[in-house]
Amino acid sequence: MSAHLTFPKGGVHPPEAKELTEKLAVETMPLPAELELILGQHIGAPCTPVVKRKEEVAEGDLLAETKRGLGVPLHAPVAGSIKAVGSSPHPIRVSAPSITIKTDPEAQAPAWEAAVDWHQLSSEELLQKVHQAGIIGIGGAGFPTHVKLKPPADTPVDTLLLNGAECEPYITADHRMMLEKAEEIVEGAKILLKILGIKACAIGIEENKPDAIGTMEAAVQKAQEPGFTIGVETLKVKYPQGSEKQLIQAITGRKVPAMALPSAVGVVVHNVSTTKAVYDGVVRGKPLIEKVITVSGRGINKPANLLVKIGTKVQDIVDFCGGTTEDLARVVLGGPMMGFAVSTLDVPITKTTSSVLFLSEDEIDTTELSNCIRCGWCLEACPMGLEPKEIGIYVEANRAEDTEQFGIFECFECGSCAYVCPAKRPLVQFVRLAKMKAKRS
Amino acid sequence: MWTVVACLVPPLVLSSVVFGLQVLLITAVSVASCMAVEALSQKMLGRPVTVKDGSAALTGMLMAFIIPPGVSFLIPILGAVMAIYIGKHLLGGLGYNIFNPALLGRAFLLATFPVAMTSAWLPPLTDGVLFTYFSGGIDAITTATPLAVMKEQGMAVFRETFGSPATVYPTFFLGLRPGSIGETSGLLILLGGLYLMYRRYITWHIPVSVLGSIAALTWIFGGDTLFTGDPLLAVLTGGAILGAFYMATDYVTSPSTRTAQLVYGVGIGALTVLIRLKGGYPEGICYAILLMNPLSTVLDGWFKPKRFAPPLGGEK
Repeated sequence: MSAHLTFPKGGVHPPEAKELTEKLAVETMPLPAELELILGQHIGAPCTPVVKRKEEVAEGDLLAETKRGLGVPLHAPVAGSIKAVGSSPHPIRVSAPSITIKTDPEAQAPAWEAAVDWHQLSSEELLQKVHQAGIIGIGGAGFPTHVKLKPPADTPVDTLLLNGAECEPYITADHRMMLEKAEEIVEGAKILLKILGIKACAIGIEENKPDAIGTMEAAVQKAQEPGFTIGVETLKVKYPQGSEKQLIQAITGRKVPAMALPSAVGVVVHNVSTTKAVYDGVVRGKPLIEKVITVSGRGINKPANLLVKIGTKVQDIVDFCGGTTEDLARVVLGGPMMGFAVSTLDVPITKTTSSVLFLSEDEIDTTELSNCIRCGWCLEACPMGLEPKEIGIYVEANRAEDTEQFGIFECFECGSCAYVCPAKRPLVQFVRLAKMKAKRS
Repeated sequence: MWTVVACLVPPLVLSSVVFGLQVLLITAVSVASCMAVEALSQKMLGRPVTVKDGSAALTGMLMAFIIPPGVSFLIPILGAVMAIYIGKHLLGGLGYNIFNPALLGRAFLLATFPVAMTSAWLPPLTDGVLFTYFSGGIDAITTATPLAVMKEQGMAVFRETFGSPATVYPTFFLGLRPGSIGETSGLLILLGGLYLMYRRYITWHIPVSVLGSIAALTWIFGGDTLFTGDPLLAVLTGGAILGAFYMATDYVTSPSTRTAQLVYGVGIGALTVLIRLKGGYPEGICYAILLMNPLSTVLDGWFKPKRFAPPLGGEK
């Protein structure tokens, strides 16, 4: 095991709060009566439905596909009938086009046997399968995976990084995946390496998951194969270690230039759970129709790591997890640092939802914001070397259009600045607003 | 903010023991009037009232620390109006004031009441009886401060009045000498400042660069010939320690990036020494900080944080 790595600039140490779920094995949630599938699960153009109302579908059937632009197809997570092709509440966009499926409880689910030997397929065929399986970066970014696997010809790639940092507090989904599906992740890594036509892969895991580091190392040892050099790198615990640019710097020492993709420095990063989905898609022929999420926080009676169908509504998860406690104050999709608070339990899980947090009064800070006192703590915390305080002051002064000089488009909204701000300023929201207005002008 | 106020309580208590209860009274008046002026200003300007955040209380505390303890109660009240209403709220309120409010209050008072502000010092109570000033009535006694003696009468008189360096260092450091609260009890003020550093409210950059440059420049230029000045005395006298730890580090009026803070601190140190040695006043740190305050944003603009990585093809 090499020395513990991390990125040098900025970062914060929020309470990890992973003890609520890190020891809980993944449970499979029973099928809900109804699923709501948002057509824009990924970054890029939303899918176009290929099914009609009242049509019967089997698990894994194609529901929608990309007609134009960047995107991946969407499949039926369960067998059942299409109840509606309409719209649904969306965690960020308020409302979004969607397909509603009524589950058929009698239907027999396919076995999804590991039937394909991926060694026999060409890298082009493998890439095709990844695309057809509807796989996107399920760690949260939602970028179509097959696009990342075809880096521009002028920036050759030599290293694949698997992101197992899971630096967001509370979330333990990737942690459990690494413990329970280590071999499949390593197999998936080899598939990715073959598609990319390279040999080297490093799996980065934060040191607060020693069991996952051990399990992954054992799996890597066991699966040694000529032509592949896969290793595990232990990372220090520091938020946002799992951010692509920070992870690349920690492990390879390379700095991805501003506004550039990781391939500019010869690296491609995939999340460990995405890698597992690649294995499923290629070897089992199983599209991305379910995922492991962490249900946590002191506002839910039974925290859990749950395997849920894409499209499961938060309300169904609440019912399965024993309901909410009386001091529940906020429901967040995603982690506490980067996630979005939702105002209704009617929102569905998407391919990029990594957790649903039920936070109690004690776990959130509702102090009102005050003026910026220019303490500069945000400058110390920002891993990108930006100036969050200036962005906030400009936005408040209605000069959002002039904030490009402070590097708003390099900001990936990790929330480290807002976390340390003594005046409790919503700096990430200021940045989002600034980005919107700067794009428009 | 309240933590910073709490850090100033030990030197206040020591000063009350050394100089009598008048010190406590003048501090109470200063803190209360600053808080009252803050609440009134915010009401008048239709802004949310934020007296509870402790920043006005801190201003009041600091202002009391830098005016002579023997002055009339009217003086800190007027100072509060200048510091909080004009210096802070008319310039935009919390976070937008250009100058350190407490220092602005003092500068205003010094210009308005030059006699009281430079003479109403109290001598240390040698018998240590707390209630002398209560029973005997408040009678300010004109006693010159060490820096004033040094400036106006020279080093020889200074030695005569306060003793040789060997005795001067410890008494000055502990606070047994005439002066405003913040000019005395250097030890406790230093301890409070170190605590703020330990809690990471402030970093070493500003205090070290201020005190370091004061010491270095005094050593070079402060003696009869070059390199014969007394750097330790320079740091222990006047408000150097208070200024370096509590005034110059004020978030709002100091730069935010580390490099800018170092430049800012050296600027304060240099101006302090310049005023002490060549200017009309015995102590210069107040004006030095006020002069550097408006440069904070400029310095921040010069020394921006380093970006993660430049874009491809270099900077635009």
